[in-house]
Amino acid sequence: MNAPHIPKAFAASDVRSEEMLLNMGPQHPSTHGVFRVVIRTDGEIVIDSESHVGYLHRCFEKHCESVSFLQSVLYTDRLDYLTSMGNNLAFSLGVERLFTDLVIPERAEHIRVICAELNRIASHLLAIGTYGMDIGAITPFLYCFRDREKILSIFESICGQRLNYNYVRPGGVAYDIDDSMIAAIKDFCKYFRPKAQEYDDLLSNNDIFVRRTANVGVLSKELALSYGVTGPCLRGSGVKRDLRRDLPYSIYSRFDFEIPVGTGERGTLGDCYDRYMVRVREMIESLRIVEQAVSQIPDGPFKTDQIKGKLRPPKGESFIRVENSRGELGFYIISDGKDVAYRVKCRAPSFHNISLLTDISRGAMIADMVAIIGSLDIVMGEVDR
Amino acid sequence: MTPDKVHEILKAKHAQAVSAFDPNPKHPSIKIAPEFWRVVAKTLRDDCGLDYLVSLTAVDRAAELEAIYTLEVMDGARCPIHVRVLVPRDNPLIATVEDIWRTADWHEREAWDLMGITFVGHHNLVRILCAEDWEGHPLRKDYKSPDTYHGIKNNVT
Repeated sequence: MNAPHIPKAFAASDVRSEEMLLNMGPQHPSTHGVFRVVIRTDGEIVIDSESHVGYLHRCFEKHCESVSFLQSVLYTDRLDYLTSMGNNLAFSLGVERLFTDLVIPERAEHIRVICAELNRIASHLLAIGTYGMDIGAITPFLYCFRDREKILSIFESICGQRLNYNYVRPGGVAYDIDDSMIAAIKDFCKYFRPKAQEYDDLLSNNDIFVRRTANVGVLSKELALSYGVTGPCLRGSGVKRDLRRDLPYSIYSRFDFEIPVGTGERGTLGDCYDRYMVRVREMIESLRIVEQAVSQIPDGPFKTDQIKGKLRPPKGESFIRVENSRGELGFYIISDGKDVAYRVKCRAPSFHNISLLTDISRGAMIADMVAIIGSLDIVMGEVDR
Repeated sequence: MTPDKVHEILKAKHAQAVSAFDPNPKHPSIKIAPEFWRVVAKTLRDDCGLDYLVSLTAVDRAAELEAIYTLEVMDGARCPIHVRVLVPRDNPLIATVEDIWRTADWHEREAWDLMGITFVGHHNLVRILCAEDWEGHPLRKDYKSPDTYHGIKNNVT
């Protein structure tokens, strides 16, 4: 067969290529919230980019200086709204750290760990589901939401809320859990364990998904450290750092679990696929913690009786970090002895994780830019605070 | 890297720079004179191995503004140390460390935006969380929120 005739005017060497500025966001389905990035492109290739954040700034830190500590817990819900339990826990631990002799009841500690880990699973399910959707796979999203729904139902029975819980509070938790809730958590553990295989079949081993994510957006260990990246993004680059193991808070030192890290199994170490796989594996490790905690949960009070009346931490400063589903969430709390904080600073993991976007997306295709943003799994609520 | 060790190294290398040291195991902190901050920061990263800037907290201390750099070693025992740099409120200038810890770029922009500390030498010190045309620095204690913004009335009392 003869080669098709191509007019000379259409030869690739004759096509002019020039740079263009492309604005993506702030309202864009694949920027995961109101995140705006201005991209300098040459055709489909990203030459440079600049991130703009702040569209969701709600003065969280300023609010904390005008409402009481207990009311501030409610505001922490709205930081990383997909991991509210973790946010509540971090802030509560920070306030408790200001006291010298506060003892948190064992039952409360167990409930906190169970809720934080269930919430991590729910958050990773959403991350995985929407990541698949960014790449073009709709079905995994529905499967993820089916399972996430079960966790939200458990939370609804525990504290009446499905998203912003305001459940973990300084001194313990807001309400006790009863046997029916413990049974529901046990049922969920049994139900969810075999589901990981489903996600692997649907997404992890899907050839299209692997090709879209492997070798894309490679984040080197050095760059990750310099930008203070934490959580699954850091572990995806092969760094075994997890605060639950390195600097245990609450009662995490009692539980047996692994810390999954990226291995570059389908491409390069630190690529989008590695970050994705860390999340998939972390869900099973979180499930192991839930199973252990729920089997050991003791009877007793669910909050301390040492706090009476208004919560007035003594004068002082405290800094606390917990391993949230997106990385290290920290609170720097300064108290001057009143029931209102003098200063609260939130160290948000997504703020660090998204700040390196310019560096890892240089030279990528625009479609890969979407894959990279999705793999970093940001929540704008905590970037902008 | 324990706080005592960090203090020892800094004392040996920059004796004048260290103005206070609090070894409190729950919250160790070192106070550094602002004029030495850049050289001390290099020592902290290269000699003390504190390669991870966890957080930068800006605090309004009435006559002074304080920047608290929380630092840690990434590969090793986790033990954050807080480095305090205090500058006068009417002339709040601190040298930038964005080239020492790259994450300082956005953190310094945030501290400038919300607290009004100027980081000298920063390549792009513009507002990050507030709108570009916002006036004032909201986290200062004497901040008054504007009555209107682009015709939108402020009904918060």
